[in-house]
Amino acid sequence: MPKLTIEELEKLREEVRKTTFIREQTQFRAKINVHMGTCGLAAGARNILNAFLREIEKRGLTDVLVTTSGCAGLCSREPMATIEIAGQAPVKYVDLTEKKAQEIFEKHILNGEIVTAYALGIGSEKTDLT
Amino acid sequence: MAVEKEKLYRIHLMVCAGTACVSNRAFEIKEALEKEIKRQGLENEVKVVTTGCNGFCERGPLMVVQPGNIFYQMLTVKEIPYLVEEHFLKGRPVKKLMYQPPEEKTPIPVLSEIQFFKKQVLVALRNRGLIDPEKIEDYIAQDGYKSLVKALTQMTPEEIIHEVTISGLRGRGGAGFPTGLKWQLVRNAPSPDGEKYIVCNGDEGDPGAYMDRSILEADPHTVIEGMLIGAKAIGATKGFIYVRNEYPLAVKRILIAIDQARDYGLLGHDILGTGFNFDIRVVRGAGAFVCGEETALIASIEGRLGEPRPRPPYPAEKGLWGKPTCINNVETWANIPVIIDRGGKWFASIGTPTSKGTKVFSLVGKINNTGLVEVPMGITLREIIYDIGGGIPGGKKFKAVQTGGPSGGCIPAEKIDLPIDYESLTEAGSMMGSGGMVVMDEDTCMVDVARYFLSFTQDESCGKCTPCREGTKAMLDILTRITEGKGTEEDLSLLEELAYTVKETSLCGLGKTAPNPVLTTLRYFRDEYITHIRDKKCPAHVCRQLNVYTIDPQICLEKGHGCDVCRRNCASEAIIGAKGEAHKIDQSKCIKCGVCYEVCNFGAVKVD
Repeated sequence: MPKLTIEELEKLREEVRKTTFIREQTQFRAKINVHMGTCGLAAGARNILNAFLREIEKRGLTDVLVTTSGCAGLCSREPMATIEIAGQAPVKYVDLTEKKAQEIFEKHILNGEIVTAYALGIGSEKTDLT
Repeated sequence: MAVEKEKLYRIHLMVCAGTACVSNRAFEIKEALEKEIKRQGLENEVKVVTTGCNGFCERGPLMVVQPGNIFYQMLTVKEIPYLVEEHFLKGRPVKKLMYQPPEEKTPIPVLSEIQFFKKQVLVALRNRGLIDPEKIEDYIAQDGYKSLVKALTQMTPEEIIHEVTISGLRGRGGAGFPTGLKWQLVRNAPSPDGEKYIVCNGDEGDPGAYMDRSILEADPHTVIEGMLIGAKAIGATKGFIYVRNEYPLAVKRILIAIDQARDYGLLGHDILGTGFNFDIRVVRGAGAFVCGEETALIASIEGRLGEPRPRPPYPAEKGLWGKPTCINNVETWANIPVIIDRGGKWFASIGTPTSKGTKVFSLVGKINNTGLVEVPMGITLREIIYDIGGGIPGGKKFKAVQTGGPSGGCIPAEKIDLPIDYESLTEAGSMMGSGGMVVMDEDTCMVDVARYFLSFTQDESCGKCTPCREGTKAMLDILTRITEGKGTEEDLSLLEELAYTVKETSLCGLGKTAPNPVLTTLRYFRDEYITHIRDKKCPAHVCRQLNVYTIDPQICLEKGHGCDVCRRNCASEAIIGAKGEAHKIDQSKCIKCGVCYEVCNFGAVKVD
């Protein structure tokens, strides 16, 4: 390993942070929740999840969180993902493919435009019965 | 950059690999996790990271899932496949592996919501659970070596010392000498050839204390960075880390850390291209308690017998090879990078008027949540024992706490609201010490405790000066006599006289503090000594020679139907009776081993 200069040390710090930030960060600008119940997994949710991950990695973003959850109850429309921009209502996308995921990432996550063509509706699966 | 680019994973599993969890097979858990992650095809999404001690040692092996700060505890290899599938694949955290406080009905998923962690303030342990101690890059990502850059490029040695001085930091090894003042003394001290040294004292030896080991294991680079900053401040180019060889994991990790720092040019010649030179050597101690004393430690590094010498001259003037030497404890060094980064004023805003910042304590003994805690100075014993420590197991009564290890003293239950700082502990007859905290309940005999700690210091006394060598031996003889029921009331005054003599005339800190456990127990629990002497009884039934074992014939017959288990287990054949009959103990044969008491399932054996 070459000896570092001060600038290189700072650069290295920035570089490593791009992958370690999830250990500490609690606030994220956007959250992607991929539904990974048995139905989702069978329909290829894993590829969707990885597609989102690679989009984040490619751009070195540290403010987008990827999580998973179980079946959303609409098994015929899997793979599904719920995308939530902080402070806005979550949007559920259905019948996803890797390509659609990429498009949703660019439009919704990066530019804040909901891709209505793929969206099921706005809101999470929780019903408001209280 | 020659560093391999890290992949982005969506989950980091921070598996605790401190010594306690490793003894609880943390590495087997890690292997099982990796195997299962691979089996589920999650190896590109979930990363397993081994960290240093998380602190909640009672609940090991443990792991924290990030993001989310989900705390899993008491893991077993058997449960890993279920956990991996449920949580990491399907996103459903597993409740049964979470921590559930004894008095509550639901588990607490998030680490920061757990009482044990809530009241802690992390400065020296700031990176615990967040980094892999064997990866310098992890430390760098946590602002590691940022303070070094600041110290090397923006601060003069005087400014560094000033910052440490106003922080109010005092030595965390025990005596509590102001760190800034020590640095100033070493900086001002003339050296015949200009050479000065930095030493990190990692000869932690108190029974039940393991904070230094934990810091070296969990975050070795903070110690290195602290020493580098100290070196610039006092003008040193060589440093030594003295660590006991019986801390193999700490030794391994500090050696790895030094190698990595050298590779990156953070140690060695022309550090970060600033022209500053400093390097560190690790010296492994053989585990002699006295080598924690600075002059004995110096002798040991120089290759001589680890024995103390009279002070002055202090090591600040004449230390290693006669040159000015700055010796600070592991925890003290670990605080330095934060003080430089956030400022002395910030550090001084935590704590009490005389004791600033935080202190790491190892909480052990009769306590529910055994572990390592970092708390602000001024916190009360009650908060540590009940809020963080979760109280005494089995609903037993809290009796006393020993702080400062064998050099400290016992603080009784009535002082539970004592705010902890250097002065308050000294006033109570104890001391801060390195931060061991041994909690005792009603089943603890205070005479026996004093005898135990004294037998430790007596054993560890190097024998160079007479008061310590002979005095501790004489005191131990008296204490042993008392615990065997052979003590007299004159013994107590003799014990006190000896204690004060040893305290005042011993050469080094070991002898000067060795009588503390005896003096504090005499001060707070004198009645227990009297009961041992006058009534020949040990109220806690710990001193076996004073116990009288009897069998209640009614219980033996009615509940146990004369089961005969006690007779069969009695090694000295002191129990009379056949199966189906009430049994009896022949006191002339009884050796008071207590086995009959332990094996009787019916509570028929009584101890008095």
